[in-house]
Amino acid sequence: MRQVAPGLLVATLIAAIVLGALSAVLWRAGGGSGLGPADIAALKFTLVQSVLSSVISCVLAIPVARALARRAFVGRGLLITLLGAPFILPVIVAVLGLTAVFGRAGVISAALGWFGLPPVQIYGLHGVVLAHVFFNLPLATRILLQGWLSIPSERFRLAASLGMGAGPVARVLEYPMLRSFLPGALVIVFALCLSSFAVALTLGGGPRATTVELAIYEAFLFDFDLGRAAVLASVQMGLVVLAAIAALRWSGAEGFGAGMDRTIRRRDAETPLLKAQDFLVLLGVTLFLVLPLLMILLRGLPGLMDLPGTVWASLQTSAIVVFFSIIIGVGASFVLAMAAVRLGWLEGVALLGIATSPMVIGTGLFLMIHPFDAPSRYTLHVTVAANVLMALPFSLRVMLPKMREIYNNYNRLAMSLGLSHGAWIRLVLWPRMRRVTGFAAGLTGALSMGDLGVIALFASPDQATLPLQVLRLMGAYRMEDAAGAALLLMCASLAIFWLFDRGGRVDADT
Amino acid sequence: MLTLDKVLIKNGDFRLKADMLIPRGASVAVIGPSGGGKSTLLGAIAGFNEVAEGSITWNGAVISDLPPHKRPMAILFQDNNFFPHLTVAQNVGLGLDPSLKLTVAQRRLVSAALEKTGLHGYEERKPGSLSGGQQGRVALARVLVQQREIILLDEPFAALGPALKTEMLTLVQDLTREIGATLLMVSHEPEDARLICEQTVLVAEGAATGPFDTAKLLADPPQPLREYLGANR
Repeated sequence: MRQVAPGLLVATLIAAIVLGALSAVLWRAGGGSGLGPADIAALKFTLVQSVLSSVISCVLAIPVARALARRAFVGRGLLITLLGAPFILPVIVAVLGLTAVFGRAGVISAALGWFGLPPVQIYGLHGVVLAHVFFNLPLATRILLQGWLSIPSERFRLAASLGMGAGPVARVLEYPMLRSFLPGALVIVFALCLSSFAVALTLGGGPRATTVELAIYEAFLFDFDLGRAAVLASVQMGLVVLAAIAALRWSGAEGFGAGMDRTIRRRDAETPLLKAQDFLVLLGVTLFLVLPLLMILLRGLPGLMDLPGTVWASLQTSAIVVFFSIIIGVGASFVLAMAAVRLGWLEGVALLGIATSPMVIGTGLFLMIHPFDAPSRYTLHVTVAANVLMALPFSLRVMLPKMREIYNNYNRLAMSLGLSHGAWIRLVLWPRMRRVTGFAAGLTGALSMGDLGVIALFASPDQATLPLQVLRLMGAYRMEDAAGAALLLMCASLAIFWLFDRGGRVDADT
Repeated sequence: MLTLDKVLIKNGDFRLKADMLIPRGASVAVIGPSGGGKSTLLGAIAGFNEVAEGSITWNGAVISDLPPHKRPMAILFQDNNFFPHLTVAQNVGLGLDPSLKLTVAQRRLVSAALEKTGLHGYEERKPGSLSGGQQGRVALARVLVQQREIILLDEPFAALGPALKTEMLTLVQDLTREIGATLLMVSHEPEDARLICEQTVLVAEGAATGPFDTAKLLADPPQPLREYLGANR
């Protein structure tokens, strides 16, 4: 009972917030009009960019994952770590970095200029897709890499002993694996891109490149048309729920987890041509990931020294949001994991948060607060709530397997010794969970630091988190300040992740 | 006396019947084919498997409805017999106080138990840094401080080599005598039973029967046991 009660309470709270927000949206949408041509266009754009983003990410991920699976080289571990970095990188930072590489005033445009060619443009559908590929190619690569590593090494040994070359190995071993892993990767990336807000806000926009999530925001901010926002939120809700169901149905694999440090000697792939191919693929993906980050550093450093006071104030606001998101998010995740060891379905409750997009939750909470008080007074509360809901599925995924393992291995021993519930938590659960809890706190903190979602919906002009401040500086064309603030934001996100992840590891011998 | 009175044990779909008397102070081996229910029997006595019918009593008092730690017994499982993040002394100390707030006298008891099991000076080590045999000794030191009237061993030494296992079993025999405890020990090796158990319970074909005299049982095994042991024994 004591194992499940706190978790059940948390689950009830989550369900109440999510379902409350959804009900508010649906209720308000009932009074709204049907979909206008602009809304249909947003729906179409959302689907088109999600399909393109997921297909391109996954197709490109195939050679990258294959190269990582069959090559052992110095820096391989570092590259795999780098593939995890976009997950905790604030969207707005990545957008600035990509603009610095692929934008009109970017590196590539400059290079084209030397040959007298016109500069490239990043705004529009292709820019949105580019940013989504930047975020999701690494994720898809990690999922497919797990697929490759799931093929028993004995199969490759057998293939080598039969003298099978790269072609037959691909047909016999690799294609069947891809058939079972690729759909999952596709549907996960598709679902993630559906709720794209910050990328569409910065690189899209206008009648031809607006996602539903962005349209909700614009209905709010520009027209203050709550009815239309609610109608759009219902559409978004339908989309995301369908995608979430598909994702649960087709995906067994996921992108992070241990055990990627193994390589198998692949005699079929030891031809100079294939070696060169893998080298180029890995070089390409490394440049694609590193260049934008490098540009943030180069462009941000000059502005870092004399950032305007508003940036530091927003960093302070972000610190408060991050602090409460971590405390509440990780605490909730811990008790949910404890309860989910007994009641497996509780894991599904944690998914409610991302099964409803941030803008939908934001709209719902806005509608719930609006009749009684000024929603801007609750900006930080709502932001923390949205951050917690967004991070919860990830931190639960990190904590639950460890929690299960501890209960499986040690619950019997604890029972035979008569450990009380308090002693069990103090002597066994906490010391053994500390490491994954630190990792989960790092993830939650970094995600919450970089989040640019409902805060944009709620914030009054005089308040902002750091990502929102970067956005405002960009909007005011103060690019040097924006780059400096983005560098600060990137450092803050990485520092938070590093701090908590380290903190969990120190002295932990589990 | 440990009494299993027309007991029916359920473990998922698995059913095991047991009806037997085990005298106080006896050392009893529990043998039988794998999957026959040896661990299930011990689990039921220790309180981890449900007793669906009948009752288990110790010296006339019903114990089958007590939670595991309220029963008069110490148990060692096949694995996970200690918490790897706690020191050797803490792991042993849990046998004295499950909240690990030990008095000076209790700490002394822990050190004495470690000395007796040959682990003097290992107090602050973590079990993971010890050899398999030493890890077994940590678990036995805890059994020693627990001072329970019944000791249940569910093959905790199965992973050890023959010489080391014999060493452990001899230590078990010494400790059992010192505490004056009743011993029930699962084994799949008849040699283990011969070594320290004068009596043996046979678990096969959905029922636990016995206890029998170990030497007689092994000299003329009944049909299911003969199949398990093989023709040349």
